[in-house]
Amino acid sequence: MTDPGLTAVAMSGGLDSSVTAWLLARQGVPVVGLSMLLWDHSGVEAHGRCCGALDLGDARRVAQQAGIPHYTLRMDREFRQKVVDPFVEDYLAGRTPSPCVRCNTWVKFDLLLERARRFGAGRVATGHYARIVAGADGPELHTALDAGKDQSYYLFELTAEQLAASLFPLGEMTKHEVRELAREAGLVVAEKGESMEVCFVAGGVREFVEEQVAADPGRYSAASAAALAEPAVLVDTAGRELGAGQPYYRYTVGQRKGLGLAAASPLYVLQIEPEENRVVVGDKRDLLAPGLRGERLHWIGPPPTGPVEATVKIRSRHPGTASRIRPLAGGRVEIDFAEPQRGITPGQAAVFYQGTRVLGGCWIEGRL
Amino acid sequence: MDAIYLDHNATTPLHPRVREAMLPWIMGELHGNPSSLHRFGQAARNAVEEAREKVAALIGGRSPEIVFTASGTEANNAVLAHVARRTGHGHLVISAIEHPSVREGAARLEKGGFEVTRVSPAGDGVVPTAEVVQALRPDTRLVALMLANNELGTLQPVAEVAAACRERGIAMLCDAVQAVGKIPVDVHGLGVDYLVLGAHKFYGPLGAAAVWVRKGVELTPLLAGGSQERRRRAGTENVPAIAGLGEAAAAAADEMAGRMALLSSLRDRFEAELARRMPDVIFHCQASPRLPNTSHVAFPGLEGEALLIRLDLAGFAVSTGSACSSGAVEPSKTLLAAGIAPEEALSSLRVSFGITNRLAEVDAFLDALEREAAELRRVSPMPREAVA
Repeated sequence: MTDPGLTAVAMSGGLDSSVTAWLLARQGVPVVGLSMLLWDHSGVEAHGRCCGALDLGDARRVAQQAGIPHYTLRMDREFRQKVVDPFVEDYLAGRTPSPCVRCNTWVKFDLLLERARRFGAGRVATGHYARIVAGADGPELHTALDAGKDQSYYLFELTAEQLAASLFPLGEMTKHEVRELAREAGLVVAEKGESMEVCFVAGGVREFVEEQVAADPGRYSAASAAALAEPAVLVDTAGRELGAGQPYYRYTVGQRKGLGLAAASPLYVLQIEPEENRVVVGDKRDLLAPGLRGERLHWIGPPPTGPVEATVKIRSRHPGTASRIRPLAGGRVEIDFAEPQRGITPGQAAVFYQGTRVLGGCWIEGRL
Repeated sequence: MDAIYLDHNATTPLHPRVREAMLPWIMGELHGNPSSLHRFGQAARNAVEEAREKVAALIGGRSPEIVFTASGTEANNAVLAHVARRTGHGHLVISAIEHPSVREGAARLEKGGFEVTRVSPAGDGVVPTAEVVQALRPDTRLVALMLANNELGTLQPVAEVAAACRERGIAMLCDAVQAVGKIPVDVHGLGVDYLVLGAHKFYGPLGAAAVWVRKGVELTPLLAGGSQERRRRAGTENVPAIAGLGEAAAAAADEMAGRMALLSSLRDRFEAELARRMPDVIFHCQASPRLPNTSHVAFPGLEGEALLIRLDLAGFAVSTGSACSSGAVEPSKTLLAAGIAPEEALSSLRVSFGITNRLAEVDAFLDALEREAAELRRVSPMPREAVA
């Protein structure tokens, strides 16, 4: 391998990326810490969100502790285009988006590496819990050894080229070990908690969508914006109207609470139809689907020539289910589950595993 | 390798004389509250008054006219707040390239009902006197014009504007933070009513600044409190820092001619040699009256931020313009106000020399700059899309 030059560590100011930077520095790797200014949190108490100003301050302090240079790069415009706008559009289209996948692929790897190359950094290290393993066809993405912390789901859209220029030093460690290291090193972030929510949303997700559309209605499709205030019609699987609900984008497939309908057995959201302004509800067993339709199919290594047997995770905390993946033309794909699965949610990612290896994935359009 | 510091418009290292003056107050030989009646208080009072005389002497004022503050920002805000409190409403004229403390301070008054006219500089980075005069109205309460711009280094026609203000009975604030200690400043020659200076821009400590208030002109204290500074600034005086400011002023007065000669020779050498080695660079406001230490230069097609980072990694500290608090780079409002295109603003560096820099350092910097710019051009031939 050619000399990668400097290694850029993406530093959010959180525990994991801080330990990543400190570990590499301790190993004598020439590193430069980079923080990304992704979103203007002014007016919001922003600690514990990956792009808050207080966290950028923590990143700077950790860089000083580790004795490495640190710079903050402004990427809010790109973040808005690549992550926030699609997030809002997804909700307006009746989907439940997974913005962290896009952020990881576009921002933390594509954009950061592009910017870092300008000052001599040839690869990016992050605090993700995942592993890069050398394989016959190039670098492979694998799950973290700490299965409880594994974040490989969020990285499925990376390419082999990106993996070749990436480093996940925490992939073989447990969260407990990482925190112990931070304590030993006396890092200022050693006792920091996890940031779990979507980092740019301060309050409720639905309120965020409404604020964004209200602030700049022309930014999103006018029809969707107009429909924001209109109550959706709740219907059953036979198409019978059950009553008026909230605007459609406030629902998520699989949701049970807050439907406001009286029924003999609990009702669940089965499907959201923005064009008809309808939300289909039904019995729990109606949530079960034999498979899913996906789009924007992505393979990390060379694409297969025919159907593939793999374990598919249909959301980040899904245990995975044995499946048959049938690639179609135009990046589309159909997936048959060995066992019917509940909660096929449009907008979420379906990620394919063989053992610990991530083969790739797709974005869920709907059920089969 | 020791890093070479070329960012003196941001802040400067302490002058050895300043360090000497501050040490007794830091090492515990001396301490005291200037308001106390006992001998400890008397020693502290004496240090503050000595400093006041030295600061007054540097700018041609009288010591009772000097009010110490904690920062230039505080001093500018105090003057703006005084005008607001005194007049309640009316009109202000400021230049579009003022320091944020004046820009945002004026914007705050605007929210409270004042009208604000902002006068942009011409392409030479100098605010035209005629345009400021044209903006004056019968209800204009204050005109604010900086003496030297922090980014471009251009000198502004403060004396001319002050003359027009005086004819009309309008108060004038001059933020001279970037000028004092770098060029001779004389408050009577300028003819302003308030003049602000800050110690850390001329080899004094952080945390000490002053506003000169012309005799007979008032200044209401920004904060309610004690009667320090002749009831113009409440709060116990920062004695060590004020002692440092005084000594920095004395050193500046003693060394002024030598400093100017050294700084302009370093700057001129840098600009001539850079133009020879990299003919496509653009020096901003090179023909304008400007500070002897500041060079503002665009590298067409290169991203200033990446060049700054490359240079820092190579051991040379420069600036791309005003940095925001998190350290991220955004296109400078001053450059945009001076009519410089956003992409050119984003490809610019500010180099500001100081009295500890030497010719050999300039040459080392030129070598590094040439090398890093070439390397940056190689890895990133296209500039980042400009932030509009």
